[in-house]
Amino acid sequence: MLNNPPFVRIADADPAHLFPAGLEYNPPARGMWNIVQMGMLIPGAHQIYGCAQGCLRGVCLTAAEMNALDRLSWISLTEEDMFNGTLEQSLVDGVSEIVRQLDPHPPVVLLFLSCMHLFAGCDFDAVIADLSAAFPDICFVDCYMTPTMRESVPPVVQTCRQMYTPLKALPKNPKAVGIVGNDRPTDEDSELMKILRGAGFAVRDLTRCKTYDEYLQLADASLNLTYIPTAHAAGELLTERFETPCLHLPNSFDYDKIAENYKTLCGALGISCPDFSAEMQAADHALDALKAEIGGIAVAVDYTAVTQPFSLAALLCQHGINVKYVIADTVGEDAAAFRWLQENRPELLIYAPANVNMLHQHTQAAEPVLAIGQKAAYYFATDHFVNLILNGGYYGFSGIRKIAELTAEAYRTTKDRRTVLRHKGYGCASCLL
Amino acid sequence: MKHTAKIIPCYAADSAGACSALYELGGMTVVHDASGCNSTFATFDEPRWWDQQSMTYISALTELDAILGNDEKLIADVTAAAADQNPKFIAVCGSPMPMMIGVDFDAVAFEIEQRTGIRTFALHTNGMHSYPEGASEALRCIAEEYVRPAETKIPNGVNLLGMTPLDFDNLHTAASIREWLAENGFETVACFAMGDALETLANAANASVSLVLSQSGLAAAEYMHEAFGIPYVCGVPYGEAFSALLADTLRNAAADGTCAFPCTERGQAGQTVTVIGEAVSAGTIAAALGLTGYAANVICPLPHDKRLLTAGDSDAFAEDEIAGALAEIQPETVIADPLYRFILPNAAKLIGLPHTAFSGRCYDKIIPDLTGNRFDAWYKEML
Repeated sequence: MLNNPPFVRIADADPAHLFPAGLEYNPPARGMWNIVQMGMLIPGAHQIYGCAQGCLRGVCLTAAEMNALDRLSWISLTEEDMFNGTLEQSLVDGVSEIVRQLDPHPPVVLLFLSCMHLFAGCDFDAVIADLSAAFPDICFVDCYMTPTMRESVPPVVQTCRQMYTPLKALPKNPKAVGIVGNDRPTDEDSELMKILRGAGFAVRDLTRCKTYDEYLQLADASLNLTYIPTAHAAGELLTERFETPCLHLPNSFDYDKIAENYKTLCGALGISCPDFSAEMQAADHALDALKAEIGGIAVAVDYTAVTQPFSLAALLCQHGINVKYVIADTVGEDAAAFRWLQENRPELLIYAPANVNMLHQHTQAAEPVLAIGQKAAYYFATDHFVNLILNGGYYGFSGIRKIAELTAEAYRTTKDRRTVLRHKGYGCASCLL
Repeated sequence: MKHTAKIIPCYAADSAGACSALYELGGMTVVHDASGCNSTFATFDEPRWWDQQSMTYISALTELDAILGNDEKLIADVTAAAADQNPKFIAVCGSPMPMMIGVDFDAVAFEIEQRTGIRTFALHTNGMHSYPEGASEALRCIAEEYVRPAETKIPNGVNLLGMTPLDFDNLHTAASIREWLAENGFETVACFAMGDALETLANAANASVSLVLSQSGLAAAEYMHEAFGIPYVCGVPYGEAFSALLADTLRNAAADGTCAFPCTERGQAGQTVTVIGEAVSAGTIAAALGLTGYAANVICPLPHDKRLLTAGDSDAFAEDEIAGALAEIQPETVIADPLYRFILPNAAKLIGLPHTAFSGRCYDKIIPDLTGNRFDAWYKEML
């Protein structure tokens, strides 16, 4: 009997505490984005990291693999810096030295500090103020690579929020709606986009910005939408700064919740809600077709593929699909689906993605598995997998239909698992390809 | 903050060096860190991560545990994991935050050993130095802990010290160097630390000489010199001429017990070539070129023993210092990782030699095995 078993029957799981904390293993599935890739979304932005070498290494090579080393610089922190009273001045000097070499100056510098700066009480406001005075043409943004603080303010959430701070107030455009906090555009076929486009709204979305001027235009939205959990703080920031209302419309796989989202959105836009029963039926047909094609094969869903893995698992189960495994270490917005699975699929196993006893999971003899997500593909050693990160831009009924179609395609075909999973940052440029 | 870089990346950190050195030895290596160290190591620094599993983990340090100094959680978590996985040894390493809060890793290791009954040692990394420091401490520690006094001395027995994928990422290189030793009448006793189990390393005192392949192996070599009287020779068998010199130097060292640094030989005439990289590898390349008519020198931006560089070499380590050194030298050719291309003098020709400890996976498909006369063929092709 292991001290820390890597899986638990869902019937026995406590949704508030799926697994005990412990040492962590890092599986080689690299599709999730990090703060470097997020920061690159702001057109023309330059990132500077002030951190210890061990922390710098990962961000530098993320940029290198994206062929974007020219957009990232760094200042290495030494032991002496922590204790000789020059922490702030050294940062100002180091950033100034780098900025003087940038020609032309970038419109924005995202300056990332580390856990050590926070523990040392670094006066980041003073650093930003000094730099802003020295380089008035540049907007310096305080950013945080602080994984030690991940339980209070996760770096991805914080970065997502800070990326909207360079925006300046603009007159509100009543026909502009923002989609905030994503790392990829929302699928144009989604009902969400059809509602917005159909009613003549312009969509403001950082992921679609090609120029810095387009980025600045994000501030004129009269309504903002978020739908992934890490985007909450960014939406709240825009509400605080520009009094722009923000709706959170979670990317659920529950039909009632999806319909409720559309009703809420249309109410806020002052338009009548279209009838999406055809899209709902198409989703049902796709799921039924998926079931007919894949039969009883075991299916695994992981939390990197979709933000609500239990919601997706419940939907698939409701269509007769044999979801046996979910890889997740927390239960978030899909607690209701979790409870449904506890009652209706009590034998479903939840695997802890970073548990040390997952080290050899991929070598265990298992039945054929059809995976949705990279970590599920790795841990269940299958080349039949859907390569999807954070819902892949899919949303609503059309999103369900497309994910069902992708799952059927994954059943019919194979992917080169190793090549796909080693690509850091799904959708990003990569020198490895 | 004396170290800034506008564009080039930084080298792998000391904790990565420690993890890399211990990777194949059947132990459990735990970096006390919040989250980034293991992801960075597994993604960029460790090419074996997919094919060869190793008990290399992080502690997942949290803000609350850092503030409260909750070392008990680290100790309990390592103890629990060790009970599940039964490692041959346990190594606990530091990262920046534990340095900041003053974690006593020796005490933590002692406590873990008391609870698990498994030999546990501390490695004093803090994520603020480069990989040779962590790898050096780890390999020396393995030598101190596990190498037994010689039962039977092997007259032509050689230890290979300082071999990790951070410096030797072409995984054929380890086998090629063993083949080269065999072709020259030597027997490989132990390789620290690729391809041999901990039990094999324990026999290292049977060797008559150590071949130090990188700075990371030098501390272990010095220990075995002090403890067992085994002399060491620094260099890598690159190039036909240098490899022959290296083989002769190994024979002489085994016979008379003298340590030697053939990687510091330099040519004085011919085209100027600057080699940027790890001290032993870069020095070897400069020496190999020196033997074939080039005036080559080294820029070593990494920690190194002073005996590994020589007159005309440079220890510039920051981006502007390296660019300044190159501007002063004005070499006709630079052999360096391709990511140094951003800071080379305009007139210099770059011969890219990917170095995993610098560019990670970016060029992992084209890292050459330069053992023996392969180096000569490679250089000719690159020209």
